Amino acid sequence: MATETIERSEELAAYWQKLGCNFALVDEVFDECMKEAIARLSSTGLESYIENARFIGKMGRGAEPLLVYLEEAPAVARLIGEEVLVDLREFAYYMSTHTNFKAIVPFLQTCAAVAKRLPTRKLFMKYVELIRDMMDRTSTSVHGHHTTFASPGLPPLLKQAPRLLAVLSLDGLRNWIEYGIKYYNTHPGRQEEFFSLESADALAVLQRERHGTLLVDNERKLDTYIRALWNDSDYLVPYSLAFDELRKPMPYFDDDGIRLPDVYDDIDGVQGIDRYRAALAHMAAHRRWSQKMIVDNWSPFQRASVEVFEDSRVDYLACQRYPGLRKLFLALHPIPKEEDLQLEEQGISVFKLRLVMVSRAILDPDYKYENVHVREFVQRFFELMESGEATSAEMSSVALSFIARTRGQRDLSPKIYFENTEVDYRDDNRHLWIYIEESDEDEMFEHLEKRQKPDEELHGLPPRHYDEWDYNAQSYRPDWVSVYEALHPRGNAGRIDSLLAKHNHLAKRLKAMLEMLKPQDKVRIRYQEEGSELDLDVAIRSLIDFKSGSSPDPRINMSHRTDGRSIAVTLLLDLSQSLSEKASGSDQTIMELSQEAVSLLAWSIQQVGDPFAIGGFHSNTRHDVRYYHIKGFGEQWGDEVKSRLAEMQAGYSTRMGGAMRHAAHYLKAQQADKKLMLILTDGEPADIDVHDPQLLIQDARQAVNELDRDGIYTYCINLDPKADEYVADIFGKQYTIVDNVMQLPVKLPELFIALTK
Amino acid sequence: MDSKEQYKIHKEPFYQPQANEVALYEAAYIARLPVMVKGPTGCGKSRFIEYMAWKLDKPLITVACNEDMTASDLVGRYLLDANGTRWLDGPLTTAARIGAICYLDEVVEARQDTTVVIHPLTDHRRTLPLDKKGELIEAHPDFQLVISYNPGYQSLMKDLKQSTKQRFTGFEFDYPDTDMEVEILSKETGMEQEVCGKLVKIGQAARNLKGHGLDEGISTRLLVYAATLIRNGVDPKDACRMSLVRPITDDADIRDTLDHAIDVAFG
Repeated sequence: MATETIERSEELAAYWQKLGCNFALVDEVFDECMKEAIARLSSTGLESYIENARFIGKMGRGAEPLLVYLEEAPAVARLIGEEVLVDLREFAYYMSTHTNFKAIVPFLQTCAAVAKRLPTRKLFMKYVELIRDMMDRTSTSVHGHHTTFASPGLPPLLKQAPRLLAVLSLDGLRNWIEYGIKYYNTHPGRQEEFFSLESADALAVLQRERHGTLLVDNERKLDTYIRALWNDSDYLVPYSLAFDELRKPMPYFDDDGIRLPDVYDDIDGVQGIDRYRAALAHMAAHRRWSQKMIVDNWSPFQRASVEVFEDSRVDYLACQRYPGLRKLFLALHPIPKEEDLQLEEQGISVFKLRLVMVSRAILDPDYKYENVHVREFVQRFFELMESGEATSAEMSSVALSFIARTRGQRDLSPKIYFENTEVDYRDDNRHLWIYIEESDEDEMFEHLEKRQKPDEELHGLPPRHYDEWDYNAQSYRPDWVSVYEALHPRGNAGRIDSLLAKHNHLAKRLKAMLEMLKPQDKVRIRYQEEGSELDLDVAIRSLIDFKSGSSPDPRINMSHRTDGRSIAVTLLLDLSQSLSEKASGSDQTIMELSQEAVSLLAWSIQQVGDPFAIGGFHSNTRHDVRYYHIKGFGEQWGDEVKSRLAEMQAGYSTRMGGAMRHAAHYLKAQQADKKLMLILTDGEPADIDVHDPQLLIQDARQAVNELDRDGIYTYCINLDPKADEYVADIFGKQYTIVDNVMQLPVKLPELFIALTK
Repeated sequence: MDSKEQYKIHKEPFYQPQANEVALYEAAYIARLPVMVKGPTGCGKSRFIEYMAWKLDKPLITVACNEDMTASDLVGRYLLDANGTRWLDGPLTTAARIGAICYLDEVVEARQDTTVVIHPLTDHRRTLPLDKKGELIEAHPDFQLVISYNPGYQSLMKDLKQSTKQRFTGFEFDYPDTDMEVEILSKETGMEQEVCGKLVKIGQAARNLKGHGLDEGISTRLLVYAATLIRNGVDPKDACRMSLVRPITDDADIRDTLDHAIDVAFG
């Protein structure tokens, strides 16, 4: 047996005895683990460590859980206290007894990394509770089977936990997990994808929940910042910091725009938004004052030096222009430790430290340092700047002589001093360099990539994505609905004309009402104390009062006001399958009656002269919401539009929210005082991929609220006699139910007239 | 003449010429040509006219135009009296009678049918018919008509008719350049140049945002307000927020940006 081949000290042998385990794998590493444990744990802690390890070893889940426990537990205990040794074992046992034994290893493997992020026992236990909750809810039993299935998402979640906690607070993590459980609990494959951060919405929700200041939320603010203070503008393109841990990307700018991290956390009392502003200010200063330099002959040291001096120059100029920036820059600029210059004697390259000292000294007049070289060059910097703005070339000659002066043997050492040398808000200065010869440096790969990109051809319009409201979570599902738009196919315009002819008498009656709606240019306002003209009737009456000794009415003038009308209307038609049913008590389908009604309405609005659009929609799951343009705002009510209206077809379902948002997208752009969206539908919002009937109703409700915020008045004309159950939930009081569908052609134009009178 | 005296400007208003506009205006006045001054709000249009009226020693009658203004608000109207009705001259009629400079401020605000009444006064006829009263007024030899408008909010609805435009000689004003604006601020308020320089920088930051969330940049007038507040002991940042940012925008993003501009300008 393996135990007999390994010799260990008496003390360790005693522990080994207590552990009472026969795994050869464990035996091999036991001594190492114990050394670490002894160094980190108290004697009672050691006892508990061995005892709990023994328990895990006897759980019957193989050697691996025990191995990981032995390796990881001391580190966790060191971070958050020795009680956690028991907690870890208890939770491991819980997982083992609840069919999720496969998750024990990932849990134990990552718990040290998690503990670093959640450095108190209280927080850590909250994390454990969160995992326990997630596990209980995702471990499912299928009807008819006697076993419970292990949670498919749990192992990947545990593997990702440290990475998630790096960007999320515990609350954020809870929300993220909630989202995953809610939407993928019934789909093991998707669930696994979500929790291993492979699906697109996992990343999108992660982004939404993360702490810090997001670029997307502040894009406009930053755009106005750079425009206002620097009279400059460019695309702001985010890049992600979360997935590139080895080499932290830096801000930069090139011909395609300004690249900034997608998120900045607050640091050292500087808010995220101010960090963005600092980075933008620095880059804007480069764009204003820096010139390109040919750098083929410069060594990396020389380039680094030129960068620091040039960065300092543009910062200096920026601070001259906006003195308040200095405070911001100072807060973000590291304070280098001069005493570390001595590390050079131990063979460490400190050229970065020297340079960042120069940079700090230039920025910070209160910075205390001794180094003569730094002192001299800081002075040379200020002498040069006295002459005015100076140029990049002048600055580079100072920078090059700084390197020539301070260069030491140790600079080439592979051990480089990095601590406190990164200036967070500065960009990577790629814009400074010109290479005359093609180099094989890795920065050049971008151009290759561009060339290799295949030319993509566009087929039709790309879909637009809209968020959808989830009332359960009280939050939006990001980019959930894809709306494809197209012109409606054309049919025979004559049909619409004959429909209109059928309603000839109705049209005549409407016409009289419409005349009233037409803008009457001048409206008289009587009984004014101040006005443009004397209102004779009233004036005489007042005069009589006056002469007869009673007090006259002083409101004897009248004035005029011009009465304008500025209303833009969108009519949104529900084209779902139910439209092809016969209307009760009639041999016409609802579709035909709708066509009549819409034709009459369109004709009426054309008479009044309001800008007017008609759109139709139906949906086949969230991936395929079709939006058809039947009439655009720019089009006249003519044969073209009539032919599209005549061809209306019913099919699929009613995903109302997305269609309303899309219609609103066009209506918003109209220049009008009042904007009205009429929605003609014959049933509640529903779609085949949604099982909760409330979900789309609530989403439509939310869409109505959004439209309201944008100044669009929504009004629903519902043909479903049972609509009372839901229509008020969506539209509040802004709806009419037309029970007798036969009445629709009369009702619809009348309704429009009443609404816009 | 009493009524004439009350419209006179007795104290020299401070005006900093930006170019040769003073001489040009004097030439226009000698020929009694109607004058139009254009420019963004608060850039010194009204002050210029006031200064010229003082310099020429002529009375100045200013009418602020608005949407509800009607022709009778300019020309005059009948009022009720114990013995019937009594005619009251409007400001335009008064100016034509006494020989004043009549200044119609922001004339595009008035409706187009209102602005037409000035037509007979602005060409060779120089008369003003009062049709309700049945009188034809010959304009006093000193009378001159001046209008101002701000092309900034030109929309379809608010523009002058060609027939109106083509009766005037024009001056275009804009916010002065940095040095001059600093000079104006410090002369107007007595603040030191350095603070004025910072104010002007903030003003320019906001002017860069015109069309990107702001309809109009921060005017020289608002800068003067800010400088006045600072001179009276208000903290500079508070003064700027109160007089430069809060009045011009309700947009949170723009407000944050301008607040930040104030922070960095004042350090």
